[in-house]
Amino acid sequence: MNHPVLSAERLSLGFEERIVVRGLDLSLERGSVTTIIGPNGCGKSTLLKGLSRLLKPGDGRVLLDGKDLRSFSQRAIAQRIAVLPQTPIAPAGLTVSELVTRGRHPRQKWYQQFSAGDEAAVAAALEATDVSALAHTVLDDLSGGQRQRAWISMALAQESDILLLDEPTTYLDLAHQVEVLELVRRLNRELGRTVVMVLHDISLAARYSDRIVAMKDGLIEAQGTPAEVVTAELLWSIFGLRAHVVPEPSEGRPHVIPLGSETAVPAGPGLSAASELPASFELPA
Amino acid sequence: MSVVVYPRALWVGCAALLLLLLAVVAHLMLAGRPLGLDEVMMGLADPPGTPPRLILQIQEFRLPRTVAGALAGACLAVSGALTQNVARNPLATPEILGVTAGASLGAVAVLVLAGGGHGGLSGAAAAVGLPLAAGAGAILFGGGVFLLAMRRGQDVLDSNRMVLVGLGATALATSLVTWMLTLGDVTNASQALTWMTGSLNGRDWAAVGPMVQVALPLLLVSAAAGRWLLLGAFDDNTARGLGLPLRQSRPLLLLLAVLLAAAGTVMAGPVAFVAMVCPLAARQLCGTVVPPMAATALLGAAFVVLADLVAGFLLPQALPVGVLTTVLGAPVLIALVFRAQRRTS
Repeated sequence: MNHPVLSAERLSLGFEERIVVRGLDLSLERGSVTTIIGPNGCGKSTLLKGLSRLLKPGDGRVLLDGKDLRSFSQRAIAQRIAVLPQTPIAPAGLTVSELVTRGRHPRQKWYQQFSAGDEAAVAAALEATDVSALAHTVLDDLSGGQRQRAWISMALAQESDILLLDEPTTYLDLAHQVEVLELVRRLNRELGRTVVMVLHDISLAARYSDRIVAMKDGLIEAQGTPAEVVTAELLWSIFGLRAHVVPEPSEGRPHVIPLGSETAVPAGPGLSAASELPASFELPA
Repeated sequence: MSVVVYPRALWVGCAALLLLLLAVVAHLMLAGRPLGLDEVMMGLADPPGTPPRLILQIQEFRLPRTVAGALAGACLAVSGALTQNVARNPLATPEILGVTAGASLGAVAVLVLAGGGHGGLSGAAAAVGLPLAAGAGAILFGGGVFLLAMRRGQDVLDSNRMVLVGLGATALATSLVTWMLTLGDVTNASQALTWMTGSLNGRDWAAVGPMVQVALPLLLVSAAAGRWLLLGAFDDNTARGLGLPLRQSRPLLLLLAVLLAAAGTVMAGPVAFVAMVCPLAARQLCGTVVPPMAATALLGAAFVVLADLVAGFLLPQALPVGVLTTVLGAPVLIALVFRAQRRTS
């Protein structure tokens, strides 16, 4: 098995008095795509912040290549880990190429602010995310999908081996969500980036991830391949959601069909349905 | 094609430098009995055979005032660029962060409490006491705002909190100033009011010399810190994700801003609007997202030197420089706000 590139040991994270992530262990393999799922407020985003030291651990530690993340400078972390927060804010009037150029910051020295290497990296990042044609467009003038690609392009220009994406598909329509996730897959397969992201759409998470980490109340409820983790039982236990989980036609990965409380639960072959839930099953209030 | 070199910023920087040079020469020529360009050059270069009176006039009487104006303008403008960036708010200048009001409080305290009555403040109290008190007031209030704005347990400084605390501190200092003005006699109070408007009157090397040694290093450090500004304009998480050590950089930028504003205010008094307008003008002229430091400093310097020339010598009635910067600055500010609104809408 691969050595974990990024791992958490008994990691606790919180804001002031409120503890959000409680003593959690996690290890992420090099070159994998891992998606964290879970209900709102379960600590997904907080965990992502902890993994990039945007948040200092209250207890436990995060290891990057086996070394405590606290021993790295902010700059050294930025050379290894690129982070895209949930709703990043850029200064008004910034163009796409200016944004992507900022990605080079952790690799620049104050006396040498822009080298030929930087220029090549920026051009490659623009190319890989298909925003070269928009290089001189102001960020505010882009569509949601284009803007998200521009932000990913910035993270890419950092040339870090690890990408942390917090809900990269928020506010995007389905076509653009798929477009962003296809891009993430390409970055993983062609450029070898290790990706950790938070997604709300579990079917899409299952489609595009090697591993799924399901969280509830600041702890990991289940982790493994999509097929192992995405089950009707799990959806019930972490979301309180009744759902069918069926294999999608192309690759047979789990696909979630949510059921409202009114929908009858048909049983059938190949269906892992809510009817198979334990006897104590009760509808959510 | 290179992506981050802004040719326009370079041009604007050169133009601002030229403007500053012209302003300085004009100031030396016209601040007092009009002198010709040849006389100014002679007085500066001091070739053999120069009349001692001319050297005295240029180097001892006029130059300190010109230098004080230029440096104060540069310090205030750069300080404004820093505070606007840290607070992510173009209205967040040293004026509203309590720095300027603190400086006024210190200066007025010395003027009123130590002022000699009929002749106003003079001697050691004027040369050393007033700048020291103004500087101490600026640092005390600026530093106080900064410390109060640090939320316990939070690892980065909260910008909004800083603006609110700054407004409170400014109100406190301003009301103390008003109270003090009622204590002293009329001469002291009117001298204090002139100081509070911002005036370069009667600057000599004894006062300006030490400030040059304070201001120049501060300006150089700011130029080096300039590359943090663009990252600082992003949200905190993105900025830190890009490797900006926000926990250190933000307090450092603020400290720099407070010291610059204190230095500028000690030299020229709280000259209004320079800190607010010059960074905005530099940004608009250069077409960049954050104001380039060099252009900001040069514009600030040229602005104050020209304003002092016009207010102090060209108008029929000599006025403190701060009156003119306010009269000029307020409409510029309004125009900038309108332009900014048009651009974003």
